[in-house]
Amino acid sequence: MTRSDRILGLVTVVAALAYLASAAQLETSFLSDPVGPRTFPYLIGAVALICGLVFLFRPDPDPEWPALKSWFSLAAAVVVLVLYAYALKPLGFLVPTAVTGAVLSYQISPRAVPALIAGASLSVGLFAVFKFLLGLSLFAFPRWLGWF
Amino acid sequence: MELLSNLALGFSVALTPWTLALAVGGAFIGTIIGALPGLGPSNGVAILIPLAFTFGLDATAALVLLTSVYYGAMYGGRISSILLNIPGDEPAMMTTLDGYPMARQGRAGDALVISGVASFVGAFLATIGLMLLAPILARVAYLFGPAEYFALYLLAFCTLGGIASKNQAKAALASCIGLGFAMIGLDNTTGMPRFTYGNLHLLDGVDFLVAIVGLFAIAEVFFFIESHGKESAIGVKLEKVTIPVRDILDSGWTMLRSSAIGFIAGVLPGAGASLGSFLAYVSEKSLARDKETFGQGNPRGVAAPEAGNNAAAGGALVPMLTLGVPGSGTTAVLLALLMTLNITPGPTLFTDRPEVVWGLIASLFIANIVLLVMNVPLVKIFVRVLTVPSWVLLPGVTMVSFVGIYSLSGSYFDLLMMVGFGVLGYFLRKLDVPTVPVILGILLGNAMEDNLRRAMVISDGDWVYLFSSPIAIGLWIFAIAGFVAPMFLRTLLKRPPQPATALPNDPD
Repeated sequence: MTRSDRILGLVTVVAALAYLASAAQLETSFLSDPVGPRTFPYLIGAVALICGLVFLFRPDPDPEWPALKSWFSLAAAVVVLVLYAYALKPLGFLVPTAVTGAVLSYQISPRAVPALIAGASLSVGLFAVFKFLLGLSLFAFPRWLGWF
Repeated sequence: MELLSNLALGFSVALTPWTLALAVGGAFIGTIIGALPGLGPSNGVAILIPLAFTFGLDATAALVLLTSVYYGAMYGGRISSILLNIPGDEPAMMTTLDGYPMARQGRAGDALVISGVASFVGAFLATIGLMLLAPILARVAYLFGPAEYFALYLLAFCTLGGIASKNQAKAALASCIGLGFAMIGLDNTTGMPRFTYGNLHLLDGVDFLVAIVGLFAIAEVFFFIESHGKESAIGVKLEKVTIPVRDILDSGWTMLRSSAIGFIAGVLPGAGASLGSFLAYVSEKSLARDKETFGQGNPRGVAAPEAGNNAAAGGALVPMLTLGVPGSGTTAVLLALLMTLNITPGPTLFTDRPEVVWGLIASLFIANIVLLVMNVPLVKIFVRVLTVPSWVLLPGVTMVSFVGIYSLSGSYFDLLMMVGFGVLGYFLRKLDVPTVPVILGILLGNAMEDNLRRAMVISDGDWVYLFSSPIAIGLWIFAIAGFVAPMFLRTLLKRPPQPATALPNDPD
């Protein structure tokens, strides 16, 4: 099977064309610059386009993709990490970190109790290291609680 | 004489208690990171860079800490190779060939000590090489104009990509992805925004630390999730560690030869430690009278790749410091560090900031001695680290990455981008697209474009100017050769002699 590389080729070609179109929209300056802000992006887009065509016409064999169950684990991990990025500031360090740590741990090795312990201890342990040993200005809890 | 006074300057910087503590700490942390299966020097340095900033370290201190981590991780890589038959990263792969069979014969301790000594010899000689060669190369680099620099960057992309992937088009695509990301932000010349699509967060461009941590650390977590942390527990027992004096003396010449080979491989841009350890092993095997014992636990088969790979690590610092072109994935990460510290690597670094360069060289010597002391008598401590399960370790790596990036910018947008780069890194590696050229593209993209534009201003738009000097022509020839040659050499390079026992998982 060579489907993966053909998809990669298609994605690359589309992305390269979009990039080139985007580069063509760039405003050039009135300064006397013989190359201007478009040329280098044009070069990049052109090389990428050639690469995409190579994948389409000379694809490599498929890699081993994970099973459906692993895809769910991976998707869950991505969602949790995105939520973690949003939660870190408003909710403080401890709770989001414990939850994220536990979820990631569970995705790597699906046992609930060790995962919870790993999440909680990573959260508290890293907070202690970052806050008290390294002196980072982290908030343990939401700031409106007024704790620390 | 100049060399001695420079060295004295270096040691005066490196021997302050604070710098010394950083070198020791970095060497310790580095060895642990290197010893952990799956984490190599590049991941280690990538995870720690943001933290180095949050400490508020100055340039010299940050550089000392992270190069000690780098050297330490190169030392540590052998531990999981020997005990678990799992190389921490690609260069450590050759060590599994004889290291693991030695461990299975009950000589794990011997293998660890021999490889520790070999690592020391390799790294120490390479540091001497760096000290002698770098100032000379820096002088040559003064002859470089915009056309030469443009060709040099091209050379870095061609050779680094060429070695890193089985498919040249994929290596080229990786460079394009990186260069494409580098174009985001304000144009240096005109000040106009490019590829920001109205997003204010993108006006500053893509921070390469965000990209590095995402591509290396976060992507690694996804790989562990995919494999559900399947990893073998330590299969061999480490008995009392004694120093096998005879074996060390027997492999003395092996270590010296392999160090020289490794250093040269390291200096060549792009070739790096994998090639260093591979060539060292292969040449040692071809020179040996007892060829058939290689792959079955020959101590020289452990000494050669370890000396070679550590010497290559030192060698890779030469082009990084003098030309600003990294010779390996990890030096690409270190280059990112320098650029974030507002230090521009290149020939002027040696005259403008001698305390940084010579302080670094001196602390490499110190880190090496510290590492030898740590890695021979204290090797049991590091072996214990291997028992940390991945379901604790990898979430920890994620948290450290998040806090590191968050404390740099305080922006959730950077964290989201980091996760995005993690997903990108996962798919790229799955599809055999190397990630190091992506980093290199983000790092060097703006400088490469600036040099192209400057060259065009000088020549009034005449593209022939890019090929107008002997140095530039030479670099173009090397670049093209570096891109094309792996297509023919690949079968040779990518088919190292197989170990006696099959690897439990793909070492890549």
